[in-house]
Amino acid sequence: MIHPNFPKAAIVAALTALPILPAHAVAQDKNTYSTIERGLYLTRAGDCAACHTSDPEKPYAGNYPLATPFGTIHSSNLTPDDATGLGKWTADDFYKAMNEGKRPDGSGLYPAFPYTHFTLVTREDSEAIFAYLKTLEPVSQKVEKPGFPFPLNERVVMKGWNALNFDDRKFTPVDGKSAEWNRGYYLAEGLGHCAMCHSPKNMLGAEENGAAAYTGGMAEGWFAPPLKAHGNAPGLSDWSKKDVSDYLKYGRNEQTAAFGPMADVISKSTRYLSDPDLEALAAYLTDLPNTQEKDNTKTGSTQEAASSDTGKLVYDTQCAACHGAQGEGVKLQFAKLAGSNIVQSDNPTTLLRVILEGTKAVPTAKYPTPHAMPAFNWKLKNDEVVAVANYVRNAFGNSAPAVSSSDVEKLRQGS
Amino acid sequence: MVKILPRREVVIVGFGWTGAILAEQLTAEGLDVVALERGVWRDTSTEYAVTNIQDEVRYRYRDELFEDLSRETLTFRNDISQTALPMRMLGSFLPGTNVGGAGVHWNGQTWRFLPSDFVAKSHNEERYGPLADGMTVQDWGITYDELEPHYTRFEDLCGISGKAGNINGQIQEGGNPFEGWRSKEYPNPPLEMVLAPKMFAKAATELGYKPFPGPAANMSQAYTNPLGVQMAPCTYCGFCEKYACGNYSKATPATTIIPALMQRENFELRTEAMVLRVIKSPDGKRAEGVEYITPEGEILHQPADIVILAAYITHNVHLMLTSGIGTPYDPRTGQGVVGKNYAYQCVSGVIVFFDEDTHINPYVGAGALGMVVDNFNGDNFDHTGLGFIGGGYIGQWQTNGRPMESHPVPEGTPKFGAGWKKAVRESYGHTVGIGTHGAVMSHRGNYLDLDPTYTDAYGRPLLRMTFDFTDNEFNMSNYLTDRAVEIAKAMGGREIREGRRKGHYSIVPYQSTHNTGGTIMGSNPRESVINKYQQSWDLENLFLTGAGAFPQNPGYNPTGTVAALAYHTADAIRNIYLKSPGPLVQA
Repeated sequence: MIHPNFPKAAIVAALTALPILPAHAVAQDKNTYSTIERGLYLTRAGDCAACHTSDPEKPYAGNYPLATPFGTIHSSNLTPDDATGLGKWTADDFYKAMNEGKRPDGSGLYPAFPYTHFTLVTREDSEAIFAYLKTLEPVSQKVEKPGFPFPLNERVVMKGWNALNFDDRKFTPVDGKSAEWNRGYYLAEGLGHCAMCHSPKNMLGAEENGAAAYTGGMAEGWFAPPLKAHGNAPGLSDWSKKDVSDYLKYGRNEQTAAFGPMADVISKSTRYLSDPDLEALAAYLTDLPNTQEKDNTKTGSTQEAASSDTGKLVYDTQCAACHGAQGEGVKLQFAKLAGSNIVQSDNPTTLLRVILEGTKAVPTAKYPTPHAMPAFNWKLKNDEVVAVANYVRNAFGNSAPAVSSSDVEKLRQGS
Repeated sequence: MVKILPRREVVIVGFGWTGAILAEQLTAEGLDVVALERGVWRDTSTEYAVTNIQDEVRYRYRDELFEDLSRETLTFRNDISQTALPMRMLGSFLPGTNVGGAGVHWNGQTWRFLPSDFVAKSHNEERYGPLADGMTVQDWGITYDELEPHYTRFEDLCGISGKAGNINGQIQEGGNPFEGWRSKEYPNPPLEMVLAPKMFAKAATELGYKPFPGPAANMSQAYTNPLGVQMAPCTYCGFCEKYACGNYSKATPATTIIPALMQRENFELRTEAMVLRVIKSPDGKRAEGVEYITPEGEILHQPADIVILAAYITHNVHLMLTSGIGTPYDPRTGQGVVGKNYAYQCVSGVIVFFDEDTHINPYVGAGALGMVVDNFNGDNFDHTGLGFIGGGYIGQWQTNGRPMESHPVPEGTPKFGAGWKKAVRESYGHTVGIGTHGAVMSHRGNYLDLDPTYTDAYGRPLLRMTFDFTDNEFNMSNYLTDRAVEIAKAMGGREIREGRRKGHYSIVPYQSTHNTGGTIMGSNPRESVINKYQQSWDLENLFLTGAGAFPQNPGYNPTGTVAALAYHTADAIRNIYLKSPGPLVQA
């Protein structure tokens, strides 16, 4: 039953993380310690805390405001409080929410809750998560009503939305792919809900799939970069499996370090995953289909920007001390800009925000140093930011479309 | 109304190098440790960035990293016949404040003392006869061999860049042949040398000396230390001393220990906690804990099983005196120990001016980028007939070309105006400084006590510093400066300018933050405040770290030895004291 490649020492971890086993292979009693432990593990795998905790003193008590293009929605209280949380829910109710996006009364949940992904989660995993949530301290926390305009404030509209955008799927292993890959598929597409951030969304706020899947998307004001080659950005095509698993486990690898919302994902979720699960995610994510219609890498670029005097001057005086004269960075400390996915993404939001606001790597046990990129918004004028952004997008063998002063100004104004 | 807090296993006063080392070591042992720091949280990620750190006005001239004299300072006089006056501006030395302490703004010159330095009294008396009158030099009560593993530990923590000169007794080509044995090579290779230190090394070699790269806490390459904390390669920006490093390239508590330490659940750091005194138990045999004040004026009492004073030396001495621990030193009788043997560093310099074809590029620098000769340090040479003991190193450090602070001009240049500007313009890029870094031997009249007149913001008497250079220092410094002048001349410049040590010690011009003594270590309680484990002879659960332990100050920068002593203390607490609390050395 255990994948032959799993090292023996990882078997315990693997046992807690193999929901694709037939139901009789896992403990049936929801209240056993192992079920609750597995529930904790899966709750972390789903990064539930990210959206369901607004006050660190009240974990999973919800009421965390999520800004969407349609208005702000507050997350539900997952603690077993009768009046404001899941106290009166049954395991069936919980599975229905996960699987169909429906509340116990049958009304629709808004898809800020990723039931479009969680529909893949097995009944056993759903029950383990529910068993874990039942062990939390009940917290009375009222959740604010969604600030959506009419008609979106009527949950009934979700019927139409679901008809267009929701596919009630079950997890079925893909033939011809390894057990590891399938496990990665289950985690990434299901609980991991990676595409919520890393895929673009349509007019209705639903993820685009097919060729557009994993070509990058907006998340909390940041551009989550493509995970597969798209435009000039290489995605994860030049990352090894180890690069991916190290990144998810430690928050950094030999290419870069996580920051922004992804640092949060790592510190609350992926760093807790077992090595086999991280390797499974890596197997899946490094195997995303290349859907680039034509190889347009190195086209549409502004190579002249690479020879921009201002851009090079700003880079040499402000950036090279850490990122290196040739954008080579310092392994595991300062990001390599040559070949960087974020630097070359069509959408420059993240690159520009990092230059303007700075950012900080997430410290983990293996890499405790909280390396930070300082903010340059007080030091560089818009045209200097533009010049240096275009320089790094097109120097060191990089290639990407030009950014404009209005891109920078918009971000300065916080829009 | 004093609020009594829950008892902790260890309380550490001051959170610089030694506070961080002890906290790391004792939390690793599983002890519950709380550190009290008078300043605020500061680290590279939150405060010190490449975008703002190279700011001479903010850091050098507005003292942002240094202690605030409006709260507490000291009074100063040269000798006991004078009335001491408060130091109202920083000058000669620059104690730090905030998390990391002075460890944030050091240059990174990381030395080991010579084996003979630890037995300065017996060694010199055996070789040269009785010490000069008034000299109160003592043996340390600890040997180099005992400290060697702890030096190594600190060098590994910091990722020191250097070249060993003596590995297990085997002299190594290119290193310092005079140094004590070391168990292994430095963790990183030396920094990349620039023109000036190369010219110095060539001239020194021609004169028969043995130049070697100065041991540097500036990273010659990326480094991950044994705690998993990472440092990046030095960029040679020339902002080390008096500045924090914005590139994670200089070893400081924040770049080597604190990231790992802050993840430990048995460690707590309280900032803006100003410790006012050590509280003694009713029987006067133990430290009960410490009393501190918050910015809101609340007085808190933190009881602890082990109390460690890891503040700067002047504050450690001050806390001992104001808490009534041990007998204050009296220079008239020579009795008492607290405040005894205050010492300092005795530095001089020679500047070589070259013509415009020799490009020194002074702005390319690092705090410990340089070549050094150790032929005239400690007892590395015969002192017979020279009129002094001890010595110092002679080095060419290219630390900086910071434009406001560093603009050497030839002798006879006007002090301002067009002539000065012209000389600065002509000299800036074409000048090399050679420094001598001499010992200060302890002397009966140099000491620390409480001032009878002035008080600090908390109503406590200020510390009073009584200090002057003696004949030993002048003879030593002149001898070293003569040697430096010879090297300077051999470098072939256009002209040289000597900066000899002259006249009384002054606290006004910056010299070095190498204040030592006052809580000195030794082999018995009659002559010292602490034993070789830095444990108080008076209160067995009280430990004092820092350069206050030095019975006299050898001719090297102190940090390496301060840290090695801290590791030695941590080791003794972990392996001896915890098993059997009590005096680690019988008086």
